[in-house]
Formats: sequence, structure tokens, C-alpha cells
Amino acid sequence: MRVASLGPLLGLLALMIVATLLNHDFLTVSNLSNVLTRAAFSGIIAVGMTFVIVSGGIDLSVGSMAALIAGSMILIMNALSTALGPGVLTIVLGMLAALVIGGLAGLFHGAVITRGRIEPFIVTLGTLGIYRAVLTYLAQGGAISLDSAVGDRYGPVYYGSMLGIPIPILVFTAVALLGGLILNRTRYGRYVQAIGSNEQVARFAAINVAGVKTMTYVLLGVCVGLATILYVPRLGSATPSTGLLWELEAIAAVIIGGTALRGGSGRIWGTVVGAVLLVTIENVLNLTNIISVYLNAAVTGFVIIGVAFFQRGRR
Amino acid sequence: MTHLTRLTALSLLLVASPALAQAKQIIGVSIPSADHGWTAGVVYHANQAKAMLEKMYPDVQIIVKTAKDSNEQANQIQDLLTVNKITALVILPQESAPLTRPVAALKAKGVFVTVVDRGLTDPKAQDAYVAGDNTAFGRVAGEYFVKQFGSAGANVVVLRGIPTVIDNLRVDAFKAAVAKAPKVKILDAKFGNWNRDDAFKVMQDYLTRFPKIDAVWASDDDMAVGVLKALEQAKRTDVKLVLGGAGMKEAIKKVMDGDKLMPVDVTYPPSMIADAIRLTVESRVKGTPMKATTLIPSVLVTPANAKNYYFPNSPF
Repeated sequence: MRVASLGPLLGLLALMIVATLLNHDFLTVSNLSNVLTRAAFSGIIAVGMTFVIVSGGIDLSVGSMAALIAGSMILIMNALSTALGPGVLTIVLGMLAALVIGGLAGLFHGAVITRGRIEPFIVTLGTLGIYRAVLTYLAQGGAISLDSAVGDRYGPVYYGSMLGIPIPILVFTAVALLGGLILNRTRYGRYVQAIGSNEQVARFAAINVAGVKTMTYVLLGVCVGLATILYVPRLGSATPSTGLLWELEAIAAVIIGGTALRGGSGRIWGTVVGAVLLVTIENVLNLTNIISVYLNAAVTGFVIIGVAFFQRGRR
Repeated sequence: MTHLTRLTALSLLLVASPALAQAKQIIGVSIPSADHGWTAGVVYHANQAKAMLEKMYPDVQIIVKTAKDSNEQANQIQDLLTVNKITALVILPQESAPLTRPVAALKAKGVFVTVVDRGLTDPKAQDAYVAGDNTAFGRVAGEYFVKQFGSAGANVVVLRGIPTVIDNLRVDAFKAAVAKAPKVKILDAKFGNWNRDDAFKVMQDYLTRFPKIDAVWASDDDMAVGVLKALEQAKRTDVKLVLGGAGMKEAIKKVMDGDKLMPVDVTYPPSMIADAIRLTVESRVKGTPMKATTLIPSVLVTPANAKNYYFPNSPF
């Protein structure tokens, strides 16, 4: 059982060894930092998603939510920069708006799911369509672009680094550590797990089930906001294809990491490994030329199923 | 109240009758909804054409409808016939095969059909076809690479779109054109899905993998945005040319401003929908036949001609 729970980590290590054999550039610092930086977006979202899934829920809307937050945030910052100038204040207010919009979206999900008693799958499938449609409307189908003066100031949030480590990686690490702490070391985390393993019993134990569940969606919404804050300075634009399929990447990362889709228990570190693993596959395929480009998705599929296979058994 | 209604009905009838006598033309335009930059441009240009042509020909009414998938589009063109009684249809199909039959059904009922860009699987289902030239799109780009690097040689990386016939035509034509210059080497061609983010990642990995890249054929202006960001981040100065394509307004602006990395662009204009509507209306109103196939050429945009392709109000 101990070995089984190490499945995703062993999978990642195996993949890294294969990658290095195929192309020695894989292990260069710049490539590894590219990989980890890319993993930061879906990884931060996946940490939030771990809470939702452990509590027995699901959120399909995160990709669309990220796109909508990105678009709104850019529009807000563009408007502020004409009023306040393209300074730090504009950017901080934009970031704050991203977190607030994410949190509110999560609050809405939680309220509709717990008070409205609608399946999370359906609620978030609905908002998946709504968020992306609103963004597409705001962008009139084209792109929403950040004012270049603000973009220049904001750029370092994605492209900059501290102590030689890119900022997105630092944020990802902090989110993962904090997430692990909350899930495993706090009362709230234990409540989340209890609700996921048996909601009735949790209710009888006088746990505020609706409140705890709603909070998982708020947490996830804030994580999406945070991921978007890191994403926007990368391209400085949001388009209707922004964040496409991030929900599947995030959910896959959580499940590969060893969290049960039916809820009850989960591991944040597993989620982190899962997110890195998914991005690494893509990176390896781009760095090599042995498999037809038409088969890229198939390789990813095989690795996902393979890793899941090696950590099966506890049911 | 009833009196008023009757009066309105009567006056409507009076207004409508001379129009009926001149056989009012109702043109239905069915296009994909604006789900990315290029289709957003299509929607914009279709509405521009509607405004312009309805003013020019008062007896012509143009109805523009957008659809998010083939199924919706098939229902929509049925409604256009039964509800709006269209006499001609201009359609940019979401997908070729699923829409061939519904379009053929309309043509069988006497509707004049112009198909735009994505051809139907059975050409008998259409009266006229207006399309961009995907082969020329790749060839023009390839020829520019040959002109720039033919004698000195260059390492070129290619970003492809989404695995489709369109992409294959473009890439094959590009490779064929570049093959004429043996010193121009294509290092690899990977899919960036006509998407800024994916192009960014693919380009990052190209930069890791190849120590010297002279030029990038991004094959799309959206993908070129991602490529430029990846170059900027890696601070690589070996790349001397990034060529996009399609004619996004930001890219055309760069050409106008004499950008160093993106000095030219190749068009695949969403305004082809406007050409198709105009040709259809003219042929309907004047009763002249329309050419069976009209190819909208892909041309090289240079600082000299860029202003003809710059539409600052279009979303694309």
C-alpha cells in the first residue's frame, strides 16, 4: 500500500528518465523551470479542486471561469489605468478583482449546490457554458488585450523570478504547502474529508455540511483567481480559447495524484505531482520527434491510465 | 384598438405590395458564431456587408444568423426557409459533411446556395462556391522564406494549426515551396492548435531543443502572439523572422509600423464572407449568373499595401 501510494511519483520519475534519455536538454534548468511554470496554472487550480473532490463534489467550470476572470481583470485594469495611471495600484486592484470574482463564482456554485440542492456536475456544467459565453461576448469573439503600459509593469509577475526561481513556481509551492496544511492539519480539512466519506454521518456529527462544502468551492474559486493572476501577464490577453480544457487537466491531476473521485480522502502532494506529470508529457512530446504529432493525445492518455493502474488496489 | 391594428395591417400591406411586385430578395446568411478571432471577423464582416448592401439595394433584405455547431446550423437554415422565406442562402458551414444534406434540401426547394470557405462534400448541393486559397496561403509564406533565406540558408520551425484538411493543405504547400531552396531546413512542425497558449508552449520547447533557429512559420497570427512572447522570455536573438497569417488587425498594424520580427503577413481574410454576400446579392438582383467557384487569393501583406487590409474596428 505504501508503494502503491507512491505511484504518481514513480511515474513522474520514470517519465523524466525516459525524457532525459531521449533528449539531454530535458534536464536543463531552463527547461525544468519552463515545465514547472506551466504546471503552476493547472496545478494551483488542482490544489483547490482537491478540496472540492475530497468533499465529494466536482467543478467543471474552472477553465471557463479562468477565461472570464482573465477577461474581466484585463478590462478592469485597462479602465483603471486611464483613471489611475498604469502603476502598481492599478495592478493590485486588478489582482484583487480577480480573487473577488473567483471567490464570488465559487460562492455562487456552493450556494446553488447546497441550498438549491442541484448536483455539482450540472451546476458547474451550466456555469462552464455561461462564463465562456460571457467572455466571448465581452471580447466580441476576438481578443481582450491588456494596455501595453500596464502589461510592461505587470509582466514580471509571470516572467520575473526571486532567488532564481520563477514567481509562478514560488506561488504554486506556497499554495500547495498551504493546501496540504489546511487539508491535513486543520479541523476544516478533517471536516472536508469526513463529508466526502459519509455526508450523513458528518451531518449527525453536527458538522455544518453546507457551510464546509460551500467553502470548498470558494477556495477553488480563489485558486482559479490566483492562477489567472499569474496567467494574464504571460500573453497579456484573453481570448475565447483561454483556459480551454483546464478543468479536465485539473481533475486529471487530482485523480492521478491518488485522490478518489468519489471523495473522502486525498493528497495535495499527489495532486502537485499529477499536475507536473501532465505538463511533462506534453513537454517531452515537443522535445522529441519519435511519435507522430497526431498521436500526442494518445500518449497522454496511456500515461494517465498507466499511472492510475499502478496505484490502484485500495477499494 | 382593433381599428388601429387594422389600420396598421392595411398600411403594412400597402407598403409591402410594391416590394412584392419587384420580387423582394431575402438573403439568409448562416455563419459559425464568434468562437475565436477569425470567426469573430466573419461575423463582423457579414454585418458590415448587410448594412452596406441593404442600403445599396432597398429591395434586398439580409438576415445574418450564427450557429455554434453543425446541428444548430442545420436547424437554422431550415428555419430561414420556412419562417423567413429566403430566396438565397450564403453559408459558411461549421463542418462539411454534416451540412451537405441539409443544404442540398434547401437547394432542391429552389433556394440559390452560395457556400463559403468550407466546401460541402457534394458540390452539387451548391450553386456557387467562394473560398480562401489554403494552398496559396502556404505557398506564399514558403516563397517568402525562400526569397529571404534561399541563398544564406536557415533553420525553420513550423507551428501547425489543428489537424484538419485546411492545415494539411497549408503545410504541404509551404513544404513544397520551401523544398525549392535546399539550404532552408524545416527542423520540425508541431501543432499549436491556432491558439496563443499552445503556441507559447510549443515555441518554448522548440527553443529548448534547437540552439539555433533562424525563422518561425507560425502560420497564424494568434499563434504568432504566443511565439513572440516565448522568444521574448527566452531572450533569444537568433530568430530573425516570425511569419503569422490570416490578417489579424494587430499583426497588420505591426507590418504597417515596420516591425523587425514580423515585417510581412499572409492573408486569409474573414472578409471573404462579405465578398460572397455581395456577389450573391448582385447576381440575384441583376439576374446574372454567378461564377461557380471564386477563389479569394492569399496575398503577401507588406508595409506598402498593409492599409488595404487593416480594419481597426473589426474584433479580428
